[in-house]
Amino acid sequence: MDFITLIQVLDSTIRLTTPLLLACLAGLYSERAGIFDIGLEGKMLASAFLSAAIAYVSGSVWLGLLAGIAASVLLSALHGLASITFRGNQLISGLAVTMLAQGFTVLVAQDWFQQGGRTPSLTGAGRFTGITLPFADALEPVPVIGPIYAELISGHSILVYLAFAMVPLTWWILFRTRFGLRLRAVGENPAAVDTAGISVTGLRYAAVLICGVLCGIAGAYLSTALQAGFVKDMTAGRGYIALAALIFAKWRPWHALWSCLLFGLLQAVALRFQNIDLGGIVIPVQVMDALPYILTVVILAGFVGKAIPPRAGGEPYVKER
Amino acid sequence: MDKMPHWADVILIPLISLILAAFLSALVILAIGENPVEALQLMVQGSLGSTYGWGYTLYYATNFMFTGLAVAVAFHARMFNIGGEGQAMLGGLGVALVCLYVPWPHWTIALVFAIAASAAFGALWAMIPAYLQAARGSHIVITTIMFNFIASAFLNYMLVNVMRPAGSMDPATERFPEAVNLPTLHEMLLPFGIQFSKAAPVNFSLVIAILACILVWVLIWRTRLGYEIRAYGHSEPGALYAGISPFKIIMISMLISGGLAGMMAINNVMGEAERLVLNATEGAGFIGIAVALMGRSHPFGVFLAAILFGFLYQGGAELALWTNIPRELIVVIQALVIMLTGALDNMVRMPLEKLFLSMRKGRA
Repeated sequence: MDFITLIQVLDSTIRLTTPLLLACLAGLYSERAGIFDIGLEGKMLASAFLSAAIAYVSGSVWLGLLAGIAASVLLSALHGLASITFRGNQLISGLAVTMLAQGFTVLVAQDWFQQGGRTPSLTGAGRFTGITLPFADALEPVPVIGPIYAELISGHSILVYLAFAMVPLTWWILFRTRFGLRLRAVGENPAAVDTAGISVTGLRYAAVLICGVLCGIAGAYLSTALQAGFVKDMTAGRGYIALAALIFAKWRPWHALWSCLLFGLLQAVALRFQNIDLGGIVIPVQVMDALPYILTVVILAGFVGKAIPPRAGGEPYVKER
Repeated sequence: MDKMPHWADVILIPLISLILAAFLSALVILAIGENPVEALQLMVQGSLGSTYGWGYTLYYATNFMFTGLAVAVAFHARMFNIGGEGQAMLGGLGVALVCLYVPWPHWTIALVFAIAASAAFGALWAMIPAYLQAARGSHIVITTIMFNFIASAFLNYMLVNVMRPAGSMDPATERFPEAVNLPTLHEMLLPFGIQFSKAAPVNFSLVIAILACILVWVLIWRTRLGYEIRAYGHSEPGALYAGISPFKIIMISMLISGGLAGMMAINNVMGEAERLVLNATEGAGFIGIAVALMGRSHPFGVFLAAILFGFLYQGGAELALWTNIPRELIVVIQALVIMLTGALDNMVRMPLEKLFLSMRKGRA
C-alpha cells in the first residue's frame, strides 16, 4: 500500500468516525447518568431525514442542522418520558424509538417529496462543505507532512472538527465540573444524589437531552456532509456500532475516541478494499463488517479486560420504597 | 391485595394500548392527507375480505407466532431476547442445508429434520449470548443485538461466497427440490371440499406454529421446568433460595427461545420462498417483541397478537398498493404498540389502577 492510498484510507476513516464518535459520546452522557439507550440509531436516522429535508426546503444547512437536532431531541424526550417519568423498560423504549424513526422518516419523506422515501439531492448551501485550514495550500508540496496536513487534517466539514473537539470537552464536563460529578453519581447511586438534595429526574433528563443533541448532530452530518441527502435507513446500523464502541471504550470519553477510530478504520477499509488478501488468506468483506460486533462481544465477555457499566444503568429510580 | 382485577391487567391494558396506537396512527394517516376510515376499510378488505387475503394474513401470523413465542419464553425468565432476527436467520440456514443437501423421499420426513435443524441453529445462535449472560454477566440485550449483526454478515458471506449456485448473480441458494415443498393451506383444505386461495403462501407451518403455542403453554404452566423459569423470572433471590440454578434457567430458557425463533424458517424459507434469500426474515424477529408484549407473554395472547400483526402486515401491503401510504406505516404502528405496551405501560396502568381503587372504595 503506497503513501497516497494510506492517506486516503485514513482520510475516509476520519469521515466515517465522525458520526460514530458523536453518537458514541451521546450514549456516554445518557448511560453515565443511568439511562441505557439502544435508540441512538433511531435518533440519528430521524435527524438525518429532517436535517436533509429542511436543508433542501430552506436552502440553509444550518437550519437543517437545527431541525435535525430538534427531531432527535424530541425522540430523546420521549425516551426520557418512558424511562424516567413512567419508569418503563429503557431497552424496550430505545427499540421503539428506533422503529418509530425507521417508519416515520420514510412515511414523511414519501409524503413530502414523493421520491420513494428519500429527499432530493442537496447542493450548494444545503450541504456542509470542507473547510480548508490555514496554510493547507502552502504546505501541500512539503513531503509527508504536506499531504498529512492538507488531505488528512484539513478539508473536513465543521462537524468533523466539532466531533473531535467534543472528546476533551466531554472529558472535562464529566470529570472536572460539578455537573459531571453529579451526572456520574446519578448513574452509580441515584439514592445518594437524591439524599444530597439534587434532583435525580432533572439530571437524568439533562443527560438524555444532551444525548439527543449529539445524536442530532451525528444524523445531520450523515445526510448533509457525508452524503448529499437522505435515503431510507441511511444510518445502516451506525447507532449500534456506536453503542458497541461505547462498551468497547468502557464508558470513557478518550477511549471512546480510540474505539470509534478503530471501528471507523474498519469501515473505511471495508469500503475501499472489499476482500483483503493477506498472503494467501483472503479476508472476506463480511468479516470487516462483523468485526466491531465480534470485538464488542469479546470485551463484554470479559476475556480482554472487563466492561462494567454504570451500576444504576437501566434501573428506574423510585424515591420511596 | 392487587390494585386491579386480573382481567383488567390481561385484557384491558393491552386493549387500551392498542386503541391508543390505532388513534395515533389514524392521526398520522390524516396528516398525510388520507382518510383513516377508508384506510382501515382497505386494510380489512385486503387482509380479511378474501381467502387470498386471509392466506397472507395467516402466513405472516405464522412467522410472528414463532418469534413472539420466542420472546415470550425468554420474558418469563426475565431475559429480553432481542436477537430473534439473527436466530431466525440462522434457522433459515439450517433449513436450507437440510433441504438442499439431503435427498428426502417425502416432505413429512424432511419437515421433521428441517424443524430439528432450524431449532438447533436458532438455539445455537442464542446459546453464546445466553452463556455470556449466565456465566460472565454480559448483558443479554447488548450481546443479542451484536449477534443479529454478526448473523447478518455471516449469512451474507454464506449466500454470496458459498451457497450461491455457479453463474447466478442473485445472493440466494438454489430452489429446494420439489419433494420438500410443504403443502399449502389450499392443498390441505381441498380434501374437505373447502376452496382456499391457491396463490396464498400460508402452509403447513401454521399447524406447527399452533402446536408450538400449545406446547409452550404446557411447558410454562404445567411442568416443573416452566415453574422454575417463572420463579426465576419473578425473583432471582427467591429462586436461588428454592434451589433453582440461575445458570440452568438462563441457558434453557434462551435455548428454547432461540429454537422457537429459528423454527420460523420452516414457514418463510421452506414453506414460502422454497430457497434461502438475503434478509429472508424481514424484521419478523423484532415484530416478535411487539407480539409478546401485546400478548402479555401468554401463548394464547401471542397467538391472537400474531394474527393481529399478520392483519396489519397484509393490510399495510394493500394500503401501499392502493394509496399513497407506504408500508412503513406498519413499522410506525408496531413502534407505537411496543412503546405503549412495553415502555409506557405505567402511563396506561397508573390512571387505571387509580380508577379501580376509587371504585373499590366507593363500594366499601
